[in-house]
Amino acid sequence: MKGKRTIALVAVAVALAGVSNLHANTKLMKMSEDADQWVMPTGNYANHRYSELKEITSKNVKDMKVAWTFSTGVLRGHEGNPLVVGDTMYVHTPFPNKVFALDLNNDASIMWEYHPQQDPDTIPVMCCDTVNRGVAYADGKIFLYQADATLVALDAKTGKKAWSVSNGDIAKGQTGTSAPMVVKDKVYVGISGGEFGVRGHLTAYNTKTGKRVWRGYSMGPDSDVLIDPNKTTHLGKAVGRNSGTNTWKGDQWKIGGGTTWGWYSYDPDLNLVYYGTGNPSTWNPIQRPGDNRWSMTIFARDADTGMTRWVYQMTPHDEWDFDGINEMILADIPVKGKNRKVLVHFDRNGFGYTLDRTDGELLVAEKFDDVVNWATSIDMKTGRPNMVNKYRTEYNGADVLSKDICPAALGTKDQQPAAFSPRTRLFYVPTNHVCMNYEPFAVSYTAGQPYVGANLDMFPAPTAPGKTDRGPHMGRFIAWDADKGKEVWAIDEKFSVWSGALATAGDVVFYGTLEGYLKAVDAKSGKELFKFKTPSGIIGNVMTYMHGGKQHVAIYSGVGGWAGIGMAAGLTEDRAGLGAVGGYRHLQNYTRLGGGLTVFTL
Amino acid sequence: MLTRIERRLFCLFRMFLIAAFAVVCLPAPGALGADQEKPYTVDAEGKVNWPTFSGYRRYHSECHVCHGPGGLGSSFAPSLLESMKTMSYEEYLEVVVNGRVNVNAATQNVMPAFAVNLNVMCFVDDIYAYLIARADGAIGTERPQHTGKPPEAAENEKACLGF
Repeated sequence: MKGKRTIALVAVAVALAGVSNLHANTKLMKMSEDADQWVMPTGNYANHRYSELKEITSKNVKDMKVAWTFSTGVLRGHEGNPLVVGDTMYVHTPFPNKVFALDLNNDASIMWEYHPQQDPDTIPVMCCDTVNRGVAYADGKIFLYQADATLVALDAKTGKKAWSVSNGDIAKGQTGTSAPMVVKDKVYVGISGGEFGVRGHLTAYNTKTGKRVWRGYSMGPDSDVLIDPNKTTHLGKAVGRNSGTNTWKGDQWKIGGGTTWGWYSYDPDLNLVYYGTGNPSTWNPIQRPGDNRWSMTIFARDADTGMTRWVYQMTPHDEWDFDGINEMILADIPVKGKNRKVLVHFDRNGFGYTLDRTDGELLVAEKFDDVVNWATSIDMKTGRPNMVNKYRTEYNGADVLSKDICPAALGTKDQQPAAFSPRTRLFYVPTNHVCMNYEPFAVSYTAGQPYVGANLDMFPAPTAPGKTDRGPHMGRFIAWDADKGKEVWAIDEKFSVWSGALATAGDVVFYGTLEGYLKAVDAKSGKELFKFKTPSGIIGNVMTYMHGGKQHVAIYSGVGGWAGIGMAAGLTEDRAGLGAVGGYRHLQNYTRLGGGLTVFTL
Repeated sequence: MLTRIERRLFCLFRMFLIAAFAVVCLPAPGALGADQEKPYTVDAEGKVNWPTFSGYRRYHSECHVCHGPGGLGSSFAPSLLESMKTMSYEEYLEVVVNGRVNVNAATQNVMPAFAVNLNVMCFVDDIYAYLIARADGAIGTERPQHTGKPPEAAENEKACLGF
């Protein structure tokens, strides 16, 4: 009898916990549906970066003006975007990772500022500028993931620290750059440091206490990766035992990379969290024989337990540094005449993938830039790329310069997130149009020291065979049909488009450029409708909100990141930021460092 | 036949010797003083010897993210082209081994200590040769052509890195 009652109580407790989880989940999700606010770094769980606001339209956007600006006082690359929760805007900065709460009702005055104290030894172990991609909000708290891999929960009203927890050790090269995501009572964070041999993982912490709930590694034994060898699938087949160790030679998986520094998305109906893993370490492929699972992989994990439902490895045994961390955009669209719940992903490797997000079935995989040449196509049965030996750095060997590989290591697209408009059913994708020479060579691992093992030069992509020469340009902003796997329109940009896009119900699409322009284009045709040059190059993501009855559009400027590091680091000639500046050296003719926010209205 | 661990220990020991040398021998004249031969060679076709090329590669793998292409410097860290003209070999070793911290209200410059980094320490002379060649203006910032990788260089590389 007593036993039964206990069971009943437990059942009630579990049910209640379920309800409260559901409540917290619903609350944040409802807030994300309120177009007046922008409560998640990614706009919504599906990573649409789409707003229902339509005061600003393709007709009147030409009349947009600057409403107000804000300087962050920090010089380095400003990635990500601010949040708007109610009448408060939350602005974040690169290292030292300040957070400002601005009162939108009172001239955007500073309600509070949080300025963490971090070990300056964090600076030299950040690979590609000291960027941060934004804070998350839930249940009255702001979650900041600092450069030193400390996750902090702040009271959203006062900025007072509620709790903090260490998610990594800078002495091992583990750092934080990604924006957290909150689902129910958990906040998810990844880890950066693929150039330091860091083994990647996604970790869930309790939003109230900061207690660690689960951690799923990118490689290692099944118990580390949270894989059920019989139930976790890769293209419909069970992955089998210890796929995260037996596709590596010896203990290389322990320093295997696969870091998780990109964006996360969530499907509440399937209760799955989606994200991608980065490059296997080192950049010298000869030193790590095998498929190096599960680097370069799309993961679908149970949001509560972290167990892996399915995986898909896009670039087995990477030879080019084509990290798979770019965002997973969840959309319900017809594919080949059938309505599907899909996941759309534009990978560094130059292929745009459309998968069924329920089971990871590969539906479409097509190049989203004609110049991509390292592979001719993706084998739709095995999911593996059909590679071209001439452009394979392992095939050509160590100490050999493999020439004219497209895309470059920074990918046809990097972390700069795309947008999806349910109105046009098109994906708006900021891209790089850059190629490279790559030379791998032997390196040794030491904790906390760079573990790269390759030299590379980058340069503007040549004209693709059979295409007309449109002059040198290192970036393109494209509209993509994920059903057909085809580009609908494209805009050439002088430099890589390293800014996240925004699509709106006014049929306007916004993005920023490395020279510093905020641009607005027609969602259907790509026609340029508006541009304004902000004080510094843009690598942040455009967001929008409603306040005082007016639609506002906001963008960070502050050049830097991998694309801008040559300039951010004050360089004038080739080779910097792991090769990026080769193609970007003339950027210094257009803009200078400087972190700030520019807000527009009609 | 040394095991992998023994080779690595040997290499670490060599690094400690270098470090000790740098600390103890200051300011004794270096092995590569001004009256010595230059640590690099550039032939009539502009090709550099292997150590200089090796230094170019290791520099651009380990150092350039802060010190910029060809040692030109950045807002993270100073140019090396001027300092290599006045810095002795021993001073160079000391900074590479122990690092430097210059953090105050205005600047946040941090050079990490590379004492335990084999990718730097195994090639510390190569990097030196490359940087002196750059400081002398003997080569530009672009990737230099080289005269070939001698078999013993490949052997030494493997042994020191512990492969």
